[in-house]
Amino acid sequence: MPDENFEPKIIGFFCNWCSYRAADMAGTARMNYEPNVRIIRVMCSGRVDPDFVMAAFAKGADGVLIAGCHPGECHYNNQNFKTMRRYALLKHTLRAIGVEEERIRLQWASAAEGAILARSIDEMVERVRELGPLNWPKQWEAPPEVEEAIKMMEAEHAEALEVTA
Amino acid sequence: MSERIGIYVCHCGSNIAGVVDVEEVARWAGENIEDVVIARDYKFMCSSLGQELIEEDIRKEGLTRVVVGACSPHLHEKTFRRACANAGLNPYFFQMASLREQIAWVTKDRERATKKAKSLIAAAAERVALHAELEPFTVPVNPATLVVGGGIAGIQASLELAEAGYPVYLVEREPSIGGHMAQFDKTFPTLDCAACILTPRMSEAEAHENITLLSYSEVEEVSGFVGSFKVKVRKNARYVVEEDCTGCGICTEKCPTSVVDDVFEAGIGYRKAIYRPFPQAVPKYPVIDTESCLYFNTGKCRICEKVCPTEAIDFEQQDELIELEVGNIILATGYETFDATRITQYGYGRLPNVFTSLEFERLCNAAGPTEGKLVLRDGVTEPKSIGIIHCVGSRDVHYNPGCSAICCMSALKFGHLAIEKSEADVTSFYIDMRPIAKGYEEFYDRLMEEGMHFVRGRVAEVTDVALAPEEEGKLIVQVEDTLLGKQRRVPVDMVVLMVGLEPRPDARDVALRFGISCSMNGWFTERHPKLDPVATMTDGIFIAGTCQGAKDIPDSVAQGAAAAARVLSMITRGHVQIEPIVAEINPEQCSGCRICNELCPFNAIDYIEADAVSEINTALCKGCGTCVAACPAGAITGAHFSNQQIMAELDGLLFDVNEHDETMQPEPTAA
Repeated sequence: MPDENFEPKIIGFFCNWCSYRAADMAGTARMNYEPNVRIIRVMCSGRVDPDFVMAAFAKGADGVLIAGCHPGECHYNNQNFKTMRRYALLKHTLRAIGVEEERIRLQWASAAEGAILARSIDEMVERVRELGPLNWPKQWEAPPEVEEAIKMMEAEHAEALEVTA
Repeated sequence: MSERIGIYVCHCGSNIAGVVDVEEVARWAGENIEDVVIARDYKFMCSSLGQELIEEDIRKEGLTRVVVGACSPHLHEKTFRRACANAGLNPYFFQMASLREQIAWVTKDRERATKKAKSLIAAAAERVALHAELEPFTVPVNPATLVVGGGIAGIQASLELAEAGYPVYLVEREPSIGGHMAQFDKTFPTLDCAACILTPRMSEAEAHENITLLSYSEVEEVSGFVGSFKVKVRKNARYVVEEDCTGCGICTEKCPTSVVDDVFEAGIGYRKAIYRPFPQAVPKYPVIDTESCLYFNTGKCRICEKVCPTEAIDFEQQDELIELEVGNIILATGYETFDATRITQYGYGRLPNVFTSLEFERLCNAAGPTEGKLVLRDGVTEPKSIGIIHCVGSRDVHYNPGCSAICCMSALKFGHLAIEKSEADVTSFYIDMRPIAKGYEEFYDRLMEEGMHFVRGRVAEVTDVALAPEEEGKLIVQVEDTLLGKQRRVPVDMVVLMVGLEPRPDARDVALRFGISCSMNGWFTERHPKLDPVATMTDGIFIAGTCQGAKDIPDSVAQGAAAAARVLSMITRGHVQIEPIVAEINPEQCSGCRICNELCPFNAIDYIEADAVSEINTALCKGCGTCVAACPAGAITGAHFSNQQIMAELDGLLFDVNEHDETMQPEPTAA
């Protein structure tokens, strides 16, 4: 039963030169959009380590939006092409572990494209809202009996190591 | 040792406080975020009182980290860093959260806005605690400047800098400087002859001891950064030895090959294969166009060589690659006119007597192909009536939504010239008349008095299909006269299309080469549209004139001078501070896999064979962080954007991750 009050928490990784400025521009132009995306500024979308994306999900985000300069317009020549490749891999990885691939999105937005960015955010928020919470941290919480079993195994291992030593 | 963090939440008048509950955010931050010793909200943090508040807290309360939640860091990061530095705190122990642009201005929901504000403040606080002490790099500024583009804006910028005593390299792609202005006959609204006011500036630029003019040349490569750019310029072979050429012009006169001049004469005049674009060209040396030159195509002719009295022709001449070192760069690469064949219903290219505004300029020009005679395409017939169509390719969602800014005034100028030079009846078909600058409205009034006609409406079609006897042999302008509220067919002999201004087709490549950005349609983007119109996001690179957007001559000249003033302030200061945001490799952790080597767009990473590790040359590193993200060993640290800092930011942003679950499944309070 989907929760009607569910507000997805989406982490944004925005490049300093195009997309962060697109967000500035969307603000200056008072474009109304969903306040669900919480933005981290990076110098280039190429800085977005896939670990950050996985960490965001692991720490409880329901979606991740990466935004950068258009291909061919990167402030650092062509680093967003690396982002593009990593994005494909990330999508693949997420799919493989059973996470809906719409939870990650890549949006090119130049400093002049506040409107495109705002629209993309609204679309993504709506879609993730439909998908519901990811609840990743919760899913990794093992039931008490499993925790118990792991503790026992660990103790046995330690004991075995002591014996061999 | 734990940090002592101060949090400041700005009201920005009612800009932020109108949507975000700033008192609540400050209260919450003070009570919930670790190591926060002070959390305040204040009306205007950027005011001097706001800054003093921070400085006083650093001094009295011993703050070691500062967070300000206010506008975008692109606006006031520098302000608050300075405040920190004033109080003796390293300016990089500061972090800003954009509560205004990212929250208050884009949402109306107070509750959600306040929550987002908390998350941004928490992220900034988590991150700032991990900030490292950094010092900006100070680099010297080379006093030489590169100006790209020798139109009026580039010339103006060059002269300003040269007059101040600093060396300038002025690079122009065409054989002569002068740009579009050199093609014009008169300039509005004063009707100064364009050549009379431009050519003195051109020769001044050429003769100036501080200006090195590189015409028929293009910038191929740019590297380095503000203060010390390295630039590679290709000086195309002219096949004329400049040192020997006197510019006598005999070669041009005797050259047997004539071709249509698509550039300077806008396609309505001819030039020779060895040519100077126009008589007052600067420099005076001609160039050989190898595509049309008989010798280059057939191996025979060499007439120019034979007639040259100083033996200045050199068919073996090669392109020259020149390396320049400059501190700053001004781009003044200009515009292109809209291709009128794209609007097929106006018939350009199909109906001979439809002209573009640039063609009309050349027709009117006394130095043009008709020596200033206003004639139809046949070269003899004088038009008895002329229709001028405004906004061709401008203010049109199909082509360019924006206004080209100069066409209304050009059209009025054409009206005046046509009335002065001929008996023709001139009608302007306009959407809105926009004579917006000083003296422009007066010029409009003058043209109404001179008898120019005005029809308000966007022209639907220009056709030669006559529906009435008086339309026979004429061009018919079909238009809805929006003031009369009816369709009209206006027969004329000549139609002039006021083609709009567009960015250069290669503007994107140029932007990429110089590391600046373009708008959607290709105009170069300024740092701030109002307060920083000639600077770009890239330090040391400035823009002037129409490469930034459509504008007229006075505005282009003003921007040229403004860009020069910006450069001068850099030169006279002598040094510039750059952000210490660079990457560094820890050799202990580096496995020497060399993945990063290939990723770096600036070739800043070298593999040191002897130590089997990679090393970053910080002078070349621009801090994009791609290598940091790619290093499988985590051996690379990006200053100010380290993995730890970004992970901490994530923790802050997701501070409320468990709140939602609690509302969904309330846990029993008693154990």
